[in-house]
Amino acid sequence: MELKGKIWKFGDNVDTDAIIPARYLNTSDPAELARHCMEDADPAFPGTVKKGDIIVAGANFGCGSSREHAPIAIKAAGVACVIAKSFARIFYRNAFNMGLPILECPEAFDSVAEGDEVSVSLASGEISVPAKGVKLKARPVPEFMQSLLNAGGLMSYVKKKARL
Amino acid sequence: MGMTTVEKILASHAGLDRVIPGQLIEARVDLVLANDITAPIAIKEFREAGARKVFDRERIVLVPDHFAPNKDIASAEQCRIMREFAVEQSLKYYFEVGEMGIEHALLPEQGLVLPGDIVIGADSHTCTYGALGAFATGVGSTDVAAAMITGEAWFKVPETIRFVYKGTLQPWVSGKDLILYTIGDIGVDGARYKAMEFSGEALAALSVESRLTMANMAIEAGAKCGIFNPDAKTIQFVRERTSRGYTVYESDRDAHYAEVREYDVSSVEPQVSFPHSPANTRPVSAAGTIPINQSVIGSCTNGRIEDLRSAAQVLKGRRVASGVRLIIIPATQAIYKQALKEGLFEIFLDAHAVISTPTCGPCLGGHMGILAKGETAIATTNRNFVGRMGHPESRVFLSNPAVAAASAVLGRIASPEEL
Repeated sequence: MELKGKIWKFGDNVDTDAIIPARYLNTSDPAELARHCMEDADPAFPGTVKKGDIIVAGANFGCGSSREHAPIAIKAAGVACVIAKSFARIFYRNAFNMGLPILECPEAFDSVAEGDEVSVSLASGEISVPAKGVKLKARPVPEFMQSLLNAGGLMSYVKKKARL
Repeated sequence: MGMTTVEKILASHAGLDRVIPGQLIEARVDLVLANDITAPIAIKEFREAGARKVFDRERIVLVPDHFAPNKDIASAEQCRIMREFAVEQSLKYYFEVGEMGIEHALLPEQGLVLPGDIVIGADSHTCTYGALGAFATGVGSTDVAAAMITGEAWFKVPETIRFVYKGTLQPWVSGKDLILYTIGDIGVDGARYKAMEFSGEALAALSVESRLTMANMAIEAGAKCGIFNPDAKTIQFVRERTSRGYTVYESDRDAHYAEVREYDVSSVEPQVSFPHSPANTRPVSAAGTIPINQSVIGSCTNGRIEDLRSAAQVLKGRRVASGVRLIIIPATQAIYKQALKEGLFEIFLDAHAVISTPTCGPCLGGHMGILAKGETAIATTNRNFVGRMGHPESRVFLSNPAVAAASAVLGRIASPEEL
Protein backbone atom coordinates (compact mmCIF):
# COMPACT_ATOMS: atom_id res chain seq x y z
CA MET A 1 0.00 0.00 0.00
CA GLU A 2 1.27 3.51 -0.89
CA LEU A 3 0.86 6.22 1.74
CA LYS A 4 1.39 9.95 1.37
CA GLY A 5 1.20 12.36 4.26
CA LYS A 6 2.64 15.17 6.32
CA ILE A 7 5.23 14.36 8.98
CA TRP A 8 4.84 14.92 12.71
CA LYS A 9 8.13 14.46 14.55
CA PHE A 10 8.60 13.19 18.09
CA GLY A 11 11.86 12.32 19.86
CA ASP A 12 13.23 9.25 21.68
CA ASN A 13 11.36 7.18 24.27
CA VAL A 14 7.86 8.44 23.48
CA ASP A 15 5.95 6.60 26.21
CA THR A 16 2.39 5.30 26.22
CA ASP A 17 1.38 7.95 28.78
CA ALA A 18 2.40 10.56 26.20
CA ILE A 19 0.53 8.75 23.43
CA ILE A 20 -2.64 8.44 25.49
CA PRO A 21 -2.57 9.58 29.13
CA ALA A 22 -4.00 7.04 31.59
CA ARG A 23 -6.57 9.58 32.80
CA TYR A 24 -8.49 8.81 29.60
CA LEU A 25 -8.38 5.03 29.94
CA ASN A 26 -11.83 4.79 31.46
CA THR A 27 -12.97 4.22 27.90
CA SER A 28 -11.72 2.24 24.92
CA ASP A 29 -13.78 4.22 22.39
CA PRO A 30 -11.32 4.98 19.54
CA ALA A 31 -12.81 8.39 18.71
CA GLU A 32 -12.61 9.53 22.33
CA LEU A 33 -9.02 8.25 22.67
CA ALA A 34 -8.07 10.03 19.42
CA ARG A 35 -9.23 13.34 20.90
CA HIS A 36 -6.41 13.12 23.46
CA CYS A 37 -3.73 11.39 21.40
CA MET A 38 -0.23 12.84 22.12
CA GLU A 39 -1.75 15.83 23.92
CA ASP A 40 0.83 15.91 26.74
CA ALA A 41 3.70 15.76 24.21
CA ASP A 42 2.19 18.29 21.78
CA PRO A 43 -1.13 19.91 22.76
CA ALA A 44 -1.67 20.99 19.13
CA PHE A 45 -1.50 17.43 17.79
CA PRO A 46 -5.01 16.06 18.42
CA GLY A 47 -6.67 19.20 17.02
CA THR A 48 -4.58 19.57 13.88
CA VAL A 49 -3.47 16.07 12.81
CA LYS A 50 -4.98 15.17 9.44
CA LYS A 51 -6.05 11.82 8.11
CA GLY A 52 -3.07 10.24 6.39
CA ASP A 53 -0.39 12.10 8.38
CA ILE A 54 2.67 10.12 9.41
CA ILE A 55 4.57 10.10 12.70
CA VAL A 56 8.37 9.89 12.57
CA ALA A 57 10.03 9.29 15.92
CA GLY A 58 13.31 8.39 17.57
CA ALA A 59 14.24 5.24 19.47
CA ASN A 60 12.01 3.09 21.70
CA PHE A 61 8.68 4.52 20.52
CA GLY A 62 5.74 3.34 22.67
CA CYS A 63 7.68 2.39 25.79
CA GLY A 64 5.88 1.89 29.09
CA SER A 65 2.45 0.42 29.46
CA SER A 66 0.89 -2.45 27.50
CA ARG A 67 -2.23 -0.41 26.77
CA GLU A 68 -3.51 -1.21 23.30
CA HIS A 69 -5.30 2.11 23.62
CA ALA A 70 -2.02 3.66 22.41
CA PRO A 71 -1.98 2.26 18.85
CA ILE A 72 -5.80 2.53 18.81
CA ALA A 73 -5.59 6.27 19.60
CA ILE A 74 -2.92 6.87 16.94
CA LYS A 75 -4.87 4.97 14.30
CA ALA A 76 -8.16 6.64 15.19
CA ALA A 77 -6.48 10.07 15.05
CA GLY A 78 -5.97 9.34 11.36
CA VAL A 79 -2.24 8.60 11.43
CA ALA A 80 -1.47 6.27 8.53
CA CYS A 81 1.85 4.94 9.73
CA VAL A 82 4.50 5.35 12.44
CA ILE A 83 8.17 5.29 11.42
CA ALA A 84 10.69 5.11 14.26
CA LYS A 85 14.34 4.30 14.90
CA SER A 86 13.02 1.45 17.06
CA PHE A 87 9.86 0.40 18.90
CA ALA A 88 9.27 -0.80 22.45
CA ARG A 89 8.30 -4.46 22.23
CA ILE A 90 4.72 -4.44 23.55
CA PHE A 91 3.82 -1.50 21.32
CA TYR A 92 5.39 -3.28 18.33
CA ARG A 93 3.36 -6.40 19.09
CA ASN A 94 0.15 -4.45 19.63
CA ALA A 95 0.54 -2.50 16.39
CA PHE A 96 0.76 -5.69 14.33
CA ASN A 97 -2.00 -7.39 16.29
CA MET A 98 -4.48 -4.53 15.81
CA GLY A 99 -3.36 -3.31 12.40
CA LEU A 100 -1.47 0.00 12.78
CA PRO A 101 1.26 0.05 10.12
CA ILE A 102 4.69 0.66 11.64
CA LEU A 103 8.14 0.73 10.08
CA GLU A 104 11.58 0.60 11.67
CA CYS A 105 14.00 2.91 9.92
CA PRO A 106 16.93 4.24 12.01
CA GLU A 107 17.89 6.83 9.38
CA ALA A 108 14.48 8.44 8.91
CA PHE A 109 14.46 10.67 11.98
CA ASP A 110 17.56 12.64 11.02
CA SER A 111 16.63 12.86 7.33
CA VAL A 112 13.22 14.49 7.58
CA ALA A 113 11.65 17.55 9.19
CA GLU A 114 8.24 18.15 10.70
CA GLY A 115 5.78 19.15 8.00
CA ASP A 116 7.65 17.38 5.16
CA GLU A 117 5.46 15.50 2.68
CA VAL A 118 6.53 11.85 2.78
CA SER A 119 5.66 8.85 0.65
CA VAL A 120 5.77 5.39 2.15
CA SER A 121 5.37 2.02 0.50
CA LEU A 122 4.31 -0.48 3.13
CA ALA A 123 5.02 -3.39 0.79
CA SER A 124 8.60 -2.45 -0.10
CA GLY A 125 9.45 -0.37 2.98
CA GLU A 126 10.53 2.54 0.78
CA ILE A 127 10.31 5.95 2.44
CA SER A 128 10.86 9.10 0.37
CA VAL A 129 10.62 12.86 0.72
CA PRO A 130 10.66 13.96 -2.95
CA ALA A 131 11.13 17.68 -2.15
CA LYS A 132 14.41 16.87 -0.38
CA GLY A 133 15.54 14.02 -2.57
CA VAL A 134 15.46 11.71 0.47
CA LYS A 135 15.07 7.99 -0.29
CA LEU A 136 15.30 5.45 2.51
CA LYS A 137 14.42 1.84 3.10
CA ALA A 138 12.85 0.53 6.31
CA ARG A 139 13.93 -2.75 7.86
CA PRO A 140 12.03 -5.68 6.36
CA VAL A 141 9.02 -6.89 8.34
CA PRO A 142 9.76 -10.36 9.83
CA GLU A 143 8.05 -13.21 7.99
CA PHE A 144 5.77 -14.18 10.86
CA MET A 145 4.59 -10.59 11.33
CA GLN A 146 3.99 -10.41 7.59
CA SER A 147 1.81 -13.52 7.79
CA LEU A 148 -0.16 -11.90 10.64
CA LEU A 149 -0.69 -8.82 8.48
CA ASN A 150 -1.66 -10.93 5.48
CA ALA A 151 -4.17 -12.82 7.59
CA GLY A 152 -5.71 -9.46 8.61
CA GLY A 153 -4.31 -9.27 12.14
CA LEU A 154 -3.92 -11.69 15.02
CA MET A 155 -7.64 -12.35 15.57
CA SER A 156 -8.20 -13.42 11.95
CA TYR A 157 -5.19 -15.71 12.27
CA VAL A 158 -6.57 -17.17 15.50
CA LYS A 159 -10.08 -17.57 14.07
CA LYS A 160 -8.70 -19.64 11.25
CA LYS A 161 -6.61 -21.68 13.64
CA ALA A 162 -9.42 -22.26 16.15
CA ARG A 163 -11.87 -22.90 13.27
CA LEU A 164 -14.29 -20.23 14.51
CA MET B 1 25.64 -25.10 24.08
CA GLY B 2 23.40 -24.80 27.11
CA MET B 3 20.23 -22.79 27.46
CA THR B 4 19.09 -20.01 29.76
CA THR B 5 16.12 -20.38 32.11
CA VAL B 6 13.94 -18.35 29.75
CA GLU B 7 14.94 -20.46 26.73
CA LYS B 8 14.17 -23.67 28.65
CA ILE B 9 10.73 -22.47 29.74
CA LEU B 10 9.82 -21.32 26.24
CA ALA B 11 11.09 -24.57 24.64
CA SER B 12 9.13 -26.72 27.10
CA HIS B 13 5.90 -24.85 26.39
CA ALA B 14 6.40 -24.95 22.62
CA GLY B 15 6.99 -28.70 22.61
CA LEU B 16 10.57 -28.23 21.44
CA ASP B 17 13.85 -29.66 22.71
CA ARG B 18 15.58 -26.34 22.34
CA VAL B 19 15.04 -22.81 21.11
CA ILE B 20 17.49 -20.10 20.09
CA PRO B 21 17.19 -16.32 20.47
CA GLY B 22 15.35 -14.75 17.55
CA GLN B 23 13.27 -17.87 16.87
CA LEU B 24 9.51 -17.29 16.60
CA ILE B 25 7.45 -19.87 18.46
CA GLU B 26 3.89 -20.51 19.49
CA ALA B 27 3.78 -21.61 23.10
CA ARG B 28 1.18 -22.90 25.53
CA VAL B 29 0.47 -20.42 28.33
CA ASP B 30 -0.27 -21.40 31.93
CA LEU B 31 -2.06 -18.22 32.92
CA VAL B 32 -3.68 -15.29 31.11
CA LEU B 33 -4.28 -12.03 33.00
CA ALA B 34 -6.14 -8.80 32.33
CA ASN B 35 -7.46 -5.87 34.37
CA ASP B 36 -10.32 -3.37 34.22
CA ILE B 37 -8.47 -1.20 31.67
CA THR B 38 -7.32 -3.93 29.30
CA ALA B 39 -9.93 -6.70 29.69
CA PRO B 40 -12.84 -4.82 28.06
CA ILE B 41 -10.95 -4.59 24.73
CA ALA B 42 -9.94 -8.26 24.99
CA ILE B 43 -13.53 -9.30 25.72
CA LYS B 44 -14.78 -7.31 22.72
CA GLU B 45 -12.21 -9.03 20.47
CA PHE B 46 -13.12 -12.42 21.95
CA ARG B 47 -16.79 -11.88 21.11
CA GLU B 48 -16.14 -10.40 17.66
CA ALA B 49 -14.10 -13.50 16.79
CA GLY B 50 -17.21 -15.57 17.48
CA ALA B 51 -15.65 -17.41 20.42
CA ARG B 52 -18.05 -18.91 22.95
CA LYS B 53 -15.87 -20.45 25.64
CA VAL B 54 -12.47 -19.65 27.07
CA PHE B 55 -9.89 -22.43 26.67
CA ASP B 56 -9.73 -23.11 30.42
CA ARG B 57 -11.81 -21.39 33.10
CA GLU B 58 -9.07 -21.99 35.68
CA ARG B 59 -6.28 -20.32 33.69
CA ILE B 60 -7.73 -16.86 33.17
CA VAL B 61 -7.39 -14.22 35.88
CA LEU B 62 -9.33 -10.95 35.83
CA VAL B 63 -8.64 -8.26 38.43
CA PRO B 64 -10.44 -4.91 38.71
CA ASP B 65 -7.58 -2.97 40.26
CA HIS B 66 -6.70 0.08 38.14
CA PHE B 67 -9.73 2.34 38.41
CA ALA B 68 -11.47 0.23 41.08
CA PRO B 69 -13.22 0.64 43.42
CA ASN B 70 -14.94 2.33 40.49
CA LYS B 71 -13.69 5.91 40.29
CA ASP B 72 -16.38 7.19 37.93
CA ILE B 73 -19.27 6.00 35.79
CA ALA B 74 -17.11 5.11 32.78
CA SER B 75 -14.80 3.03 34.99
CA ALA B 76 -17.80 1.34 36.55
CA GLU B 77 -18.95 0.32 33.06
CA GLN B 78 -15.53 -1.18 32.29
CA CYS B 79 -15.58 -3.17 35.55
CA ARG B 80 -19.10 -4.34 34.76
CA ILE B 81 -18.05 -5.68 31.33
CA MET B 82 -15.30 -7.68 33.02
CA ARG B 83 -17.50 -8.91 35.87
CA GLU B 84 -20.25 -10.09 33.51
CA PHE B 85 -17.72 -11.93 31.37
CA ALA B 86 -16.25 -13.63 34.45
CA VAL B 87 -19.70 -14.82 35.51
CA GLU B 88 -20.68 -15.92 32.00
CA GLN B 89 -17.46 -17.93 31.60
CA SER B 90 -17.52 -19.24 35.21
CA LEU B 91 -13.96 -18.00 35.66
CA LYS B 92 -12.41 -19.39 38.82
CA TYR B 93 -10.14 -16.39 39.34
CA TYR B 94 -12.12 -13.21 39.17
CA PHE B 95 -11.35 -11.09 42.23
CA GLU B 96 -14.17 -8.75 43.21
CA VAL B 97 -13.52 -5.63 45.27
CA GLY B 98 -13.11 -7.01 48.79
CA GLU B 99 -10.94 -9.88 47.54
CA MET B 100 -9.17 -7.76 44.94
CA GLY B 101 -5.63 -6.51 45.23
CA ILE B 102 -3.14 -4.99 42.82
CA GLU B 103 -2.79 -7.82 40.32
CA HIS B 104 0.98 -8.33 40.50
CA ALA B 105 0.94 -8.46 44.28
CA LEU B 106 -2.20 -10.60 44.31
CA LEU B 107 -1.28 -13.42 41.92
CA PRO B 108 1.95 -14.48 43.69
CA GLU B 109 0.23 -14.12 47.07
CA GLN B 110 -2.62 -16.41 45.95
CA GLY B 111 -0.16 -19.03 44.67
CA LEU B 112 -1.34 -18.60 41.08
CA VAL B 113 2.16 -18.35 39.60
CA LEU B 114 4.78 -21.05 39.96
CA PRO B 115 8.36 -21.55 38.77
CA GLY B 116 8.53 -22.67 35.15
CA ASP B 117 5.13 -21.21 34.22
CA ILE B 118 4.42 -18.99 31.23
CA VAL B 119 2.18 -16.08 32.17
CA ILE B 120 0.97 -13.40 29.78
CA GLY B 121 -0.91 -10.39 31.00
CA ALA B 122 -2.42 -7.32 29.40
CA ASP B 123 -0.43 -5.19 31.78
CA SER B 124 3.20 -4.31 31.26
CA HIS B 125 4.17 -5.15 34.84
CA THR B 126 3.25 -8.80 34.33
CA CYS B 127 7.03 -9.27 34.24
CA THR B 128 6.88 -9.19 38.09
CA TYR B 129 6.38 -12.99 38.26
CA GLY B 130 9.86 -13.60 36.89
CA ALA B 131 10.93 -13.28 40.53
CA LEU B 132 9.44 -16.76 41.04
CA GLY B 133 11.29 -18.29 38.09
CA ALA B 134 8.36 -17.99 35.69
CA PHE B 135 8.48 -16.53 32.17
CA ALA B 136 6.01 -13.69 32.50
CA THR B 137 5.52 -10.87 30.05
CA GLY B 138 3.19 -8.02 29.25
CA VAL B 139 1.15 -8.13 26.06
CA GLY B 140 -1.79 -6.23 24.62
CA SER B 141 -5.50 -6.89 24.84
CA THR B 142 -5.64 -8.60 21.44
CA ASP B 143 -2.99 -11.09 22.56
CA VAL B 144 -5.10 -11.81 25.64
CA ALA B 145 -8.21 -12.29 23.50
CA ALA B 146 -6.34 -14.77 21.31
CA ALA B 147 -4.90 -16.64 24.30
CA MET B 148 -8.30 -16.84 26.00
CA ILE B 149 -9.48 -18.75 22.91
CA THR B 150 -6.45 -20.91 22.10
CA GLY B 151 -4.41 -21.11 25.31
CA GLU B 152 -1.39 -20.12 23.25
CA ALA B 153 0.65 -17.05 22.36
CA TRP B 154 3.40 -16.26 19.88
CA PHE B 155 6.80 -15.19 21.11
CA LYS B 156 10.14 -14.22 19.69
CA VAL B 157 12.69 -16.00 21.88
CA PRO B 158 14.61 -13.16 23.54
CA GLU B 159 18.32 -12.91 24.06
CA THR B 160 19.23 -12.82 27.75
CA ILE B 161 21.40 -10.31 29.58
CA ARG B 162 22.76 -11.64 32.86
CA PHE B 163 23.09 -9.22 35.76
CA VAL B 164 25.32 -10.32 38.65
CA TYR B 165 25.03 -8.46 41.95
CA LYS B 166 27.94 -8.93 44.37
CA GLY B 167 28.65 -7.62 47.84
CA THR B 168 26.48 -6.69 50.80
CA LEU B 169 23.59 -4.23 50.82
CA GLN B 170 23.88 -0.99 52.78
CA PRO B 171 21.17 -0.11 55.33
CA TRP B 172 17.90 1.08 53.72
CA VAL B 173 18.92 -0.36 50.35
CA SER B 174 16.35 -2.73 48.86
CA GLY B 175 15.50 -4.49 45.61
CA LYS B 176 13.94 -1.22 44.45
CA ASP B 177 17.26 0.56 44.69
CA LEU B 178 19.09 -2.19 42.82
CA ILE B 179 16.63 -2.12 39.94
CA LEU B 180 16.61 1.70 39.76
CA TYR B 181 20.41 1.62 39.82
CA THR B 182 20.43 -0.97 37.02
CA ILE B 183 17.95 0.97 34.86
CA GLY B 184 20.01 4.09 35.48
CA ASP B 185 23.02 2.19 34.18
CA ILE B 186 21.53 0.62 31.04
CA GLY B 187 18.74 3.10 30.19
CA VAL B 188 15.05 2.72 29.42
CA ASP B 189 15.81 0.71 26.30
CA GLY B 190 18.93 -0.99 27.63
CA ALA B 191 17.25 -4.40 27.62
CA ARG B 192 14.75 -3.79 24.83
CA TYR B 193 13.31 -7.11 23.54
CA LYS B 194 15.67 -8.98 25.88
CA ALA B 195 15.32 -11.03 29.07
CA MET B 196 17.05 -9.72 32.20
CA GLU B 197 18.37 -12.58 34.33
CA PHE B 198 19.08 -11.42 37.87
CA SER B 199 21.68 -13.34 39.88
CA GLY B 200 24.49 -13.12 42.42
CA GLU B 201 25.11 -13.41 46.14
CA ALA B 202 23.55 -10.04 46.96
CA LEU B 203 20.23 -11.24 45.52
CA ALA B 204 20.37 -14.58 47.34
CA ALA B 205 20.11 -12.46 50.49
CA LEU B 206 17.04 -10.59 49.19
CA SER B 207 13.51 -11.54 50.25
CA VAL B 208 11.12 -12.88 47.60
CA GLU B 209 9.22 -9.60 47.96
CA SER B 210 12.25 -7.50 47.09
CA ARG B 211 12.88 -9.80 44.11
CA LEU B 212 9.31 -9.23 42.94
CA THR B 213 10.07 -5.49 43.05
CA MET B 214 13.14 -5.97 40.87
CA ALA B 215 11.48 -8.16 38.25
CA ASN B 216 8.50 -5.75 38.25
CA MET B 217 10.62 -2.96 36.79
CA ALA B 218 12.38 -5.01 34.08
CA ILE B 219 9.90 -3.43 31.65
CA GLU B 220 11.28 -0.01 32.58
CA ALA B 221 14.52 -1.07 30.86
CA GLY B 222 12.45 -2.22 27.87
CA ALA B 223 12.86 -5.90 28.75
CA LYS B 224 10.55 -8.68 27.70
CA CYS B 225 10.91 -10.23 31.13
CA GLY B 226 13.02 -10.26 34.27
CA ILE B 227 13.83 -13.63 35.77
CA PHE B 228 15.46 -15.15 38.85
CA ASN B 229 16.57 -18.77 39.08
CA PRO B 230 14.46 -20.25 41.90
CA ASP B 231 16.16 -21.02 45.23
CA ALA B 232 15.04 -22.34 48.63
CA LYS B 233 13.28 -19.03 49.40
CA THR B 234 11.30 -19.24 46.16
CA ILE B 235 10.26 -22.82 46.81
CA GLN B 236 9.19 -22.03 50.36
CA PHE B 237 7.19 -19.03 49.12
CA VAL B 238 5.21 -21.04 46.55
CA ARG B 239 4.81 -24.14 48.73
CA GLU B 240 3.13 -22.04 51.44
CA ARG B 241 0.55 -21.00 48.85
CA THR B 242 -0.29 -23.89 46.55
CA SER B 243 0.04 -27.61 46.04
CA ARG B 244 0.04 -27.39 42.23
CA GLY B 245 3.00 -29.12 40.58
CA TYR B 246 5.78 -27.19 38.89
CA THR B 247 9.14 -27.57 37.19
CA VAL B 248 12.21 -25.60 38.14
CA TYR B 249 14.31 -24.51 35.17
CA GLU B 250 17.76 -23.08 35.69
CA SER B 251 20.25 -21.59 33.29
CA ASP B 252 23.03 -23.96 32.24
CA ARG B 253 26.59 -23.03 33.08
CA ASP B 254 27.39 -22.82 29.39
CA ALA B 255 24.25 -20.90 28.46
CA HIS B 256 24.83 -18.07 26.00
CA TYR B 257 24.22 -14.51 27.18
CA ALA B 258 24.04 -11.42 25.00
CA GLU B 259 25.95 -9.67 27.77
CA VAL B 260 26.97 -10.12 31.40
CA ARG B 261 27.02 -7.09 33.70
CA GLU B 262 28.40 -7.17 37.23
CA TYR B 263 27.68 -4.74 40.02
CA ASP B 264 29.20 -4.42 43.48
CA VAL B 265 26.19 -3.38 45.56
CA SER B 266 28.27 -2.54 48.65
CA SER B 267 28.59 1.07 47.56
CA VAL B 268 25.03 1.47 46.22
CA GLU B 269 22.92 3.98 48.17
CA PRO B 270 19.15 4.31 48.10
CA GLN B 271 18.32 5.61 44.62
CA VAL B 272 15.94 8.29 43.39
CA SER B 273 14.75 8.49 39.77
CA PHE B 274 14.25 12.10 38.71
CA PRO B 275 11.57 13.24 36.27
CA HIS B 276 10.73 12.20 33.64
CA SER B 277 12.47 8.87 33.24
CA PRO B 278 13.04 5.87 35.53
CA ALA B 279 16.60 5.83 34.13
CA ASN B 280 17.30 9.32 35.46
CA THR B 281 18.67 7.99 38.75
CA ARG B 282 20.84 9.58 41.42
CA PRO B 283 21.87 8.43 44.89
CA VAL B 284 19.53 10.01 47.46
CA SER B 285 22.49 11.89 48.98
CA ALA B 286 22.91 13.72 45.66
CA ALA B 287 19.23 14.65 45.31
CA GLY B 288 19.67 18.22 46.52
CA THR B 289 16.79 20.13 48.13
CA ILE B 290 13.55 19.13 46.47
CA PRO B 291 10.39 20.09 48.39
CA ILE B 292 7.46 17.69 47.90
CA ASN B 293 3.67 18.02 48.10
CA GLN B 294 2.86 14.34 48.22
CA SER B 295 4.38 10.95 49.01
CA VAL B 296 2.82 7.71 47.78
CA ILE B 297 3.76 4.35 49.24
CA GLY B 298 2.17 1.43 47.40
CA SER B 299 1.70 -0.03 43.87
CA CYS B 300 2.61 -3.36 42.28
CA THR B 301 6.23 -2.35 42.76
CA ASN B 302 6.26 -1.55 46.49
CA GLY B 303 2.90 -2.21 48.16
CA ARG B 304 3.81 -5.48 49.89
CA ILE B 305 4.06 -6.05 53.66
CA GLU B 306 7.86 -5.71 53.69
CA ASP B 307 7.44 -2.27 52.09
CA LEU B 308 4.88 -1.18 54.66
CA ARG B 309 7.08 -2.43 57.50
CA SER B 310 9.98 -0.41 56.11
CA ALA B 311 7.81 2.72 55.91
CA ALA B 312 6.52 2.13 59.45
CA GLN B 313 10.05 1.80 60.79
CA VAL B 314 10.76 5.29 59.48
CA LEU B 315 7.40 6.81 60.46
CA LYS B 316 7.15 5.42 63.99
CA GLY B 317 6.82 8.28 66.46
CA ARG B 318 7.12 10.85 63.68
CA ARG B 319 4.70 13.08 61.82
CA VAL B 320 4.31 14.02 58.17
CA ALA B 321 5.60 17.55 57.44
CA SER B 322 3.03 20.30 57.31
CA GLY B 323 1.63 20.71 53.80
CA VAL B 324 2.60 17.20 52.65
CA ARG B 325 0.09 14.43 51.89
CA LEU B 326 1.27 10.90 52.62
CA ILE B 327 -0.88 8.22 50.94
CA ILE B 328 -0.23 4.59 51.85
CA ILE B 329 -1.83 1.85 49.75
CA PRO B 330 -1.46 -1.76 50.88
CA ALA B 331 -1.46 -3.80 47.66
CA THR B 332 -3.88 -6.57 48.68
CA GLN B 333 -6.52 -7.31 51.29
CA ALA B 334 -4.20 -9.84 52.97
CA ILE B 335 -1.43 -7.24 53.19
CA TYR B 336 -3.95 -4.72 54.52
CA LYS B 337 -5.04 -7.14 57.23
CA GLN B 338 -1.48 -8.10 58.12
CA ALA B 339 -0.45 -4.44 58.43
CA LEU B 340 -3.45 -3.81 60.65
CA LYS B 341 -2.56 -6.81 62.82
CA GLU B 342 1.05 -5.72 63.19
CA GLY B 343 0.01 -2.26 64.37
CA LEU B 344 1.40 -0.51 61.30
CA PHE B 345 -1.85 1.36 60.71
CA GLU B 346 -1.60 3.00 64.09
CA ILE B 347 1.89 4.22 63.24
CA PHE B 348 0.66 5.51 59.86
CA LEU B 349 -2.40 7.22 61.31
CA ASP B 350 -0.41 8.80 64.13
CA ALA B 351 1.98 10.12 61.48
CA HIS B 352 -1.03 11.69 59.72
CA ALA B 353 -0.87 9.43 56.67
CA VAL B 354 -4.02 8.26 54.91
CA ILE B 355 -4.48 4.56 54.19
CA SER B 356 -6.28 3.51 51.04
CA THR B 357 -7.99 0.32 50.00
CA PRO B 358 -5.91 -1.65 47.45
CA THR B 359 -5.85 0.04 44.02
CA CYS B 360 -3.35 1.09 41.34
CA GLY B 361 -5.00 4.51 41.77
CA PRO B 362 -2.47 7.37 41.73
CA CYS B 363 0.40 5.40 40.16
CA LEU B 364 -1.03 5.97 36.69
CA GLY B 365 -2.90 9.17 37.48
CA GLY B 366 -6.19 7.35 37.93
CA HIS B 367 -7.55 8.42 41.31
CA MET B 368 -6.71 8.54 45.06
CA GLY B 369 -4.00 11.19 44.91
CA ILE B 370 -3.77 13.09 41.62
CA LEU B 371 -1.26 15.93 41.35
CA ALA B 372 -2.16 19.53 40.49
CA LYS B 373 -0.19 21.73 38.10
CA GLY B 374 3.29 22.36 39.42
CA GLU B 375 3.10 19.80 42.24
CA THR B 376 5.84 17.33 43.12
CA ALA B 377 5.50 13.81 44.49
CA ILE B 378 7.87 11.13 45.62
CA ALA B 379 6.43 7.67 45.01
CA THR B 380 7.39 4.04 45.40
CA THR B 381 5.75 3.39 42.03
CA ASN B 382 7.47 2.48 38.77
CA ARG B 383 7.05 5.31 36.26
CA ASN B 384 7.65 9.05 36.36
CA PHE B 385 6.73 9.96 32.78
CA VAL B 386 5.22 13.38 32.00
CA GLY B 387 1.72 13.55 33.49
CA ARG B 388 1.94 10.06 34.99
CA MET B 389 0.35 11.02 38.33
CA GLY B 390 -1.78 13.92 37.18
CA HIS B 391 -1.21 17.29 35.56
CA PRO B 392 1.32 17.27 32.69
CA GLU B 393 3.23 19.95 34.58
CA SER B 394 3.50 17.90 37.79
CA ARG B 395 6.58 15.86 38.70
CA VAL B 396 7.14 12.37 40.12
CA PHE B 397 10.35 11.12 41.73
CA LEU B 398 10.72 7.36 42.29
CA SER B 399 12.24 5.75 45.37
CA ASN B 400 11.97 2.91 47.88
CA PRO B 401 9.39 3.05 50.73
CA ALA B 402 11.86 4.16 53.43
CA VAL B 403 12.98 7.15 51.35
CA ALA B 404 9.36 8.03 50.48
CA ALA B 405 8.48 7.90 54.20
CA ALA B 406 11.49 9.96 55.27
CA SER B 407 10.72 12.50 52.56
CA ALA B 408 7.13 12.81 53.82
CA VAL B 409 8.44 13.57 57.32
CA LEU B 410 11.01 16.14 56.20
CA GLY B 411 8.89 17.68 53.43
CA ARG B 412 11.67 17.24 50.89
CA ILE B 413 13.38 14.32 49.23
CA ALA B 414 15.46 12.77 51.99
CA SER B 415 17.20 9.64 53.20
CA PRO B 416 15.99 7.93 56.41
CA GLU B 417 19.57 8.51 57.65
CA GLU B 418 18.74 12.22 57.93
CA LEU B 419 16.06 11.68 60.57
